[in-house]
Amino acid sequence: MLSIRNLQASVDGKPILKGLSLEIGKGEVHAIMGPNGSGKSTLAHILAGRDGYQVTGGEVIYRGKDLLDMPTEERAREGVFLAFQYPVEIPGVSNIYLLKAALNAVRKHRGEGELDAMDFLKLVKERMKLVEMDEQFLYRPVNEGFSGGEKKRNEILQMAVLQPSLGILDETDSGLDIDALRVVANGVNALRGPERSLMVVTHYQRLLDYIVPDHVHVLAGGRIVKSGDRSLALELERRGYGWIEDELRATGS
Amino acid sequence: MASGTQNLDELIGKEYEHGFVTELEADTVPPGLDEDVIRAISAKKGEPEFMLEWRLKAYRHWTTMREPAWAHVHYPPVDFQAISYYSAPKAKGEGPKSLDEVDPKLLETYNKLGIPLKEQEMLAGVAVDAVFDSVSVATTFKDKLGALGIIFCSFSEAVRNHPELVRKYLGSVVPYTDNFYASLNSAVFSDGSFVYVPKGVRCPMELSTYFRINAQNTGQFERTLIVADEGAYVSYLEGCTAPQRDENQLHAAVVELVALKDAQIKYSTVQNWYPGDEEGRGGIYNFVTKRGACRGENAKISWTQVETGSAITWKYPSVLLEGDNAVGEFYSVALTNNLQQADTGTKMIHIGRNTRSTIISKGISAGRGQNAYRGLVKVLKGAEDARNYTQCDSLLIGHRCGAHTFPYIEVKNPSAKVEHEATTSKISDDQLYYCMQRGISAEDAVSMIVNGFCKEVFKELPMEFAVEAQKLLGISLEGSVG
Repeated sequence: MLSIRNLQASVDGKPILKGLSLEIGKGEVHAIMGPNGSGKSTLAHILAGRDGYQVTGGEVIYRGKDLLDMPTEERAREGVFLAFQYPVEIPGVSNIYLLKAALNAVRKHRGEGELDAMDFLKLVKERMKLVEMDEQFLYRPVNEGFSGGEKKRNEILQMAVLQPSLGILDETDSGLDIDALRVVANGVNALRGPERSLMVVTHYQRLLDYIVPDHVHVLAGGRIVKSGDRSLALELERRGYGWIEDELRATGS
Repeated sequence: MASGTQNLDELIGKEYEHGFVTELEADTVPPGLDEDVIRAISAKKGEPEFMLEWRLKAYRHWTTMREPAWAHVHYPPVDFQAISYYSAPKAKGEGPKSLDEVDPKLLETYNKLGIPLKEQEMLAGVAVDAVFDSVSVATTFKDKLGALGIIFCSFSEAVRNHPELVRKYLGSVVPYTDNFYASLNSAVFSDGSFVYVPKGVRCPMELSTYFRINAQNTGQFERTLIVADEGAYVSYLEGCTAPQRDENQLHAAVVELVALKDAQIKYSTVQNWYPGDEEGRGGIYNFVTKRGACRGENAKISWTQVETGSAITWKYPSVLLEGDNAVGEFYSVALTNNLQQADTGTKMIHIGRNTRSTIISKGISAGRGQNAYRGLVKVLKGAEDARNYTQCDSLLIGHRCGAHTFPYIEVKNPSAKVEHEATTSKISDDQLYYCMQRGISAEDAVSMIVNGFCKEVFKELPMEFAVEAQKLLGISLEGSVG
């Protein structure tokens, strides 16, 4: 699905990613953990196509194509979805309008016809149940006046409507109380499937109690420095990140 | 936006689609202005004496006036002696009796603009009074309207056939002394539209005029007068496009609306004059005086405008709320891109008791555009319980444009309630990135956000106009995102 090879990137000339490699197979869920400033969000945004990052080396192959070569909107249409850590407010544009424009852009790209208003509404209402959202949110301006939890649920709703092949969740758990976290995680879990891969970026292992990953990676100093299964996340919670850095120093890598 | 960076600028850069020149022999008066030119214009039109006298009075007054400099716009001085004040397509014998007799080139021009007259005749209820360089060439649905006693004709025809109405109402809302451009217009106006809806009649269709400037160096001085008698209702649509030019063209129109007791006038404009190229060359100077008077109890006047064109716009559609319970409304979307400048807004003058006014203004600035809202809400002493609500929002696209707000409020009656709300926002890179990450192109994202911003105004437009307005905004903004 996704193959990141020796990716190097910087912001304003400052190197952030320093040779990051990662393979994500079809249907797999990978958690990316790591201390603050390790480059987790940078990685998410480079994959999604945000401006302002300079890729200085390496490559990213997504479903056989050079991902970094694609314009942002094309990546989205090809099935790369980023659930934002800080979803953006768009005053005056209703949530349902954005959803419909997005879905139709994706469908058009796939060579499918645009959905008419009735079919679209039916689809959205069904997907809203996944994240326990009330219909009134459809008619409110995108994210405007939404609480933190509502914004995150809205991100997952968009993902449920757009049905991406690769979902990247950027600190989706931040700012959520335990109930909201459970709702969001249930929504994400409902979207797991053999055709969909997920990259879950998080600080805390708490989220991983709900969204159980197949693989856990530690990102530090711009590289994946340790990979393992779920038990690695638990160990990180118990011991923090310091021991990994010690370990790295000990092995001289 | 890995690929999106250049888009904002590229997108706005789409060239003006309506830039072409129709070759027609024009019957043009040589450049320059004096009393003889005015006499010549009046004679060419076969006007009665009172009309010539009025023009001359206006001209004499104009010569004592100075061009206003208070607006937030900058342009080189206009040489009023270099302008030709009359231009009409040459008629073969008498005027055309039907569309078949209209110069095919002219019809072609309209077709390029997407205004096929023939289709419009058949389409749902839009009667078109097409003004091509100052003279009306085709008027449709006249018979149907005539049966109801509605007069919808060119201004010249009205002067000839309904002099008593013209005499009674011309200059009654915008006197010839009103302002520099209105005085100039009063002296030299060439043609325009006239509407009279008799007592108690509800005009069954939207009345519409498309204006188009054509002959080079020809200032256009349209004059429109709409009178709704007691209890009458009329909705009037005005739309403009103009062909590409290198030299600036002056457009100084005057529109007067008179709504008597219980009457209602809805006046909607989509304005798309040539705005000039990316460097600001060419483009129309649009210095317009539009004013309506609610002359009886419960009268209502609504102005709705979508302004995307012109190099410079100077325009304040206003309402004089004279009758008790009169209502004035102003809904506006003004967009400036590249080097366009707009100073626009409204005046609501509360004179009668319990008068109400609403102002919704949406200014959009992109490129290096400068957009100013200038509005006056005035409540006179006798206007007991007057109410006004003003909402004035600005949207900035990019970082080289400007938005300015100049609200003036004068209240002389303590019972008045006046509310003013203003916001300024910016289409941010984050918003565009967010939309693009959902598969929506930068261009569509801008258009979506702008249309969302303008929603409150668009819903006031008649259906077919609303669609056109949205399309126009999309075209006008192409290239504005980066």
